[in-house]
Amino acid sequence: MRPILMKGHERPLTFLKYNREGDLLFSCAKDHTPTVWFADDGQRLGTYRGHNGAVWCCDVSRDSTRLITGSADQTVKLWDVQTGTQLYSFNFNSPARSVDFSIGDKLVVITTDPFMGNPSTIQVKSIAPHPSDQTSDSVLTIKGPQGRINRSVWGPLNKTIISAGEDSVIRIWDSETGQLLKESDKESGHQKTISSLCMSADKSHFLTGSGDKSAKLWDSRTLTLLKTYVMDRPVNACAISPLLDHVVIGGGQDAVNVTMTDRRAGKFEAKFYHKILQDEIGGVKGHFGPINALAFNPDGRSFSSGGEDGYVRLHHFDPEYFSIRM
Amino acid sequence: MTTVLTMAEIESKASSLGIDLSTIDFDSIVLPPGEDFGIKSDDEDILHEEEPPEFEAGYGNVIVVDNLPVVSPEKFAKLEGVVRKIYSQTGVIKEGGLWMPVNPETKMTLGYCFIEFNTAQEAKEAQEKTDGYKLDKSHIFVVNMFDDIEKYMNVPDEWTPAEIKPYEPGENLQHWLTDEKARDQFVIRAGTVTEIFWNDARQVRPDPVYQRQYWTDGFVQWSPLGTYLATVHRQGAAVWGGKSTFNRIHRFPHNQVKHIDFSPGERYLVTYSSQEPSNPRDTHRILLNIFDLRTGKLMRDFKGSVDDFTTGGTGGLSGISWPIFKWGGGKEDKYFARIGKNAIYVYETDTFILVDKKSYKVDNVVDFSWSPTDPIISLFVPELGGGNQPARVSLVQMPGKEELRQKNLFSVSDCKMYWQSNGEYLAVKVDRYTKTKKSTYTGFELFRIKERDIPIEVLELDNKNDKIIAFAWEPKGHRFAVIHGDGPRPDVSFYSMKTGGITNRVSKLTTLKAKQANALYWSPSGRYIILAGLKGFNGQLEFYNVDELETMSTGEHFMCTDIEWDPTGRYVATAVTSVHEMENGFHIWSFNGKLLYRIPKDHFFQFQWRPRPPSLLSPEKEEEISRNLRKYSKKYEVEDQDVSLALSEQDRKKRRAIQEEWETWTTRWKQYYEEERDIRMQLRDGEPSDDEGNQEEYEAKEVEAEEFLDVREEIVNFDQEQ
Repeated sequence: MRPILMKGHERPLTFLKYNREGDLLFSCAKDHTPTVWFADDGQRLGTYRGHNGAVWCCDVSRDSTRLITGSADQTVKLWDVQTGTQLYSFNFNSPARSVDFSIGDKLVVITTDPFMGNPSTIQVKSIAPHPSDQTSDSVLTIKGPQGRINRSVWGPLNKTIISAGEDSVIRIWDSETGQLLKESDKESGHQKTISSLCMSADKSHFLTGSGDKSAKLWDSRTLTLLKTYVMDRPVNACAISPLLDHVVIGGGQDAVNVTMTDRRAGKFEAKFYHKILQDEIGGVKGHFGPINALAFNPDGRSFSSGGEDGYVRLHHFDPEYFSIRM
Repeated sequence: MTTVLTMAEIESKASSLGIDLSTIDFDSIVLPPGEDFGIKSDDEDILHEEEPPEFEAGYGNVIVVDNLPVVSPEKFAKLEGVVRKIYSQTGVIKEGGLWMPVNPETKMTLGYCFIEFNTAQEAKEAQEKTDGYKLDKSHIFVVNMFDDIEKYMNVPDEWTPAEIKPYEPGENLQHWLTDEKARDQFVIRAGTVTEIFWNDARQVRPDPVYQRQYWTDGFVQWSPLGTYLATVHRQGAAVWGGKSTFNRIHRFPHNQVKHIDFSPGERYLVTYSSQEPSNPRDTHRILLNIFDLRTGKLMRDFKGSVDDFTTGGTGGLSGISWPIFKWGGGKEDKYFARIGKNAIYVYETDTFILVDKKSYKVDNVVDFSWSPTDPIISLFVPELGGGNQPARVSLVQMPGKEELRQKNLFSVSDCKMYWQSNGEYLAVKVDRYTKTKKSTYTGFELFRIKERDIPIEVLELDNKNDKIIAFAWEPKGHRFAVIHGDGPRPDVSFYSMKTGGITNRVSKLTTLKAKQANALYWSPSGRYIILAGLKGFNGQLEFYNVDELETMSTGEHFMCTDIEWDPTGRYVATAVTSVHEMENGFHIWSFNGKLLYRIPKDHFFQFQWRPRPPSLLSPEKEEEISRNLRKYSKKYEVEDQDVSLALSEQDRKKRRAIQEEWETWTTRWKQYYEEERDIRMQLRDGEPSDDEGNQEEYEAKEVEAEEFLDVREEIVNFDQEQ
């Protein structure tokens, strides 16, 4: 089916997130306003105004009432999804790179960038049932990894936190004590910055995309490397299909070089791979800049991609997609 | 670990053990060889720490001048002045670098002196230039490098017969030709790694043979018959070959070697280096070495300034065009030749001297080329005297230097010569000025070398004003292809030399209009050609069958920079090398334009098929095989089928294994998931936590929500009286 082009952002997209029901799509971009769309027809529902810098990441609570966004303006803000009012703002002293609600939405894990001499941190905050009781105290703060931590997410049962970033190492931390439990192997793991990390629906495995032109699938309990998907360009975004054994990987060359190369040379395609066989299934073209964000609808019947070009492209799969035989 | 004991301690220990130290001969205690029990010898430390003494500089910059006059002290200063004057011309003598020893008794000089230059290079030059310099009749200089004197001193006086090494059979350098699957090899260079692969088209992937990091400092190059792979290094070139691993066969020392070239018959290797002048007024010097490839022996060297090796004419300052030496006389490598001012220098490989001991004088010659099979040179002399003397192309037979054929050409701006690979035809592309002299148009002069009197035909394109973009002969064939046109989409025409009954005439076969092509690549076996659109056309490829005059298929290798047919004409490699930043890597196609596989490689520098020696079959035999092709092909078809069956079987097995492995993971994950269900529920405050199973079960309830937008009290007036 023809993709739906959603032009609501003026700057490159950074992150996409569907709610649990898959009827809403939240998008973050380097302009300052996260936006919510109808995931079916791409209508814009509204925006969340209040940030004063690029918004890097967002997450929505299970009941779709709370949205949390992390921004380069050194704040993480909690919003009422329906009204768009800001409920609370956590202030940091460096840009917030990623946010992720725990199972039960009582905790949130936030990463902050290294900035002005502050090292990068992973912080856990508790979310009060009622916004008026909200405090900004950290339950846990982890410091240690060098360079930016591009993504940290909760592991199974909120027992662990999985982080990945510029030092190309994936780490599993104990979410109670902050202890480092596991580290990915330098030899078999990624060789360059890990740009994205995506959990499977049941949190049993996750996919990481890296500047070394590959995406890798890992077991989230044992940190065993399961699969590697090789691309011919740096990976910026990846997503796991909740329905079929597919993964989608997107990227492109560095944004610096975009204007100097042909659209065909840039390879701004979202590529589909067979999750188990690691074979390429196909590609979806359309963006005229690198793909920065990818997300599958939780029903697995549509996906959306966000590009450096400022567009969100919403693709509903054709019936043929579901009968692909490998 | 050792503990140091004082002598007193040892003595007390010895006495406690009941040993009289005076009865022991300490020298008789010997440690087992290679074992020191952790006791370091004092001497050893010194050996390890002391580095070999380093000299500030060797004597490379010192020369010894012999045969100077023997003079008395009165004339000493005068002689020194003369010597200093002579040697100041060639280089800078170091301060106090001229020393003329004097006999302490007679106070007479000894007839020799030492001169120290600033650099070894200057010394070498001075030595070369002044060796044999005539000061006067009885004093002819004998100049040697100081270092050489030591070398000569060490030559033993007694002659000892050279040791004859027992014969060791060499490796089979042709082993790759015996591949059972008749595959071809290729070499690629990407990043710092050089790799050699089999092109395994049946398995649709390359099969690695050998790889090595930092194998070469520059490029790699196959020899023309594929026997050797040459690498270049700072110290010289090396050739490698052998059965499975590539062993070094020979080294060819040549400092700072820049280019190499094999003779077509693989008998000789030419290496080249040039030395940029440090001073702009100095000449740009070059050095060429010719080695015997099989023995590694230096056969001859050529050195001089760049000017000696160029025509000085149209070549201009840009200098040399490689290869300097062009090999002729077919596969026997009998002759090699280079161009110079007003002459062509033709050398024989029997003696490595000029044929007839003199160069072949041709005034103003600017270009020449050898026939690929015969000792015939074609040469081009441009117009002279503003058109009074016409330009000419002539064919000259070697070694007799007799002119076989000559053609005068008028108002010519440029000529290019194209030999057909069997030496049967020569096409000369002639660019002529139009009458206004403002533009040029192109025609072809076609020589039939093998026919009596070498008839020449003139061919002009249908549209004379078309620019010629590319020209190529069909290998071993009688056809040629031309890309011509002015617009953005040129035309491609095919011509044949064999039409028109008894007297052969050239005629056009067809013209393909408006093609996105700017380069021609004939299959080495003829018949098929790739019309390629490189550079501006972004890598458009058209696979064309010239026998049937039809396009077999079209393809695209985006940004493609290089195209090379494998030596058998079965496959084609297209590559994007590191001239582009993106897309680096290569694709392999079948001859009819089916993309077989693609390999992306970052920093991709080079792709080269390993050449094959010519077939040993006679033309008749080849004819016979191609007639009965069906019979032979059956065998291979069966083989192909077997391979593909085996492949799919393998594939199925592998897939099953992968699938099973995955199953074990997922079952474990499911198990965990089930086990953790309750905990997850708790985490979600008892909300039925998971979606699976009841995902579709939620009902859509219509909830009526009332919202008070505004509450307002108003007094309503009733008319009660009514």
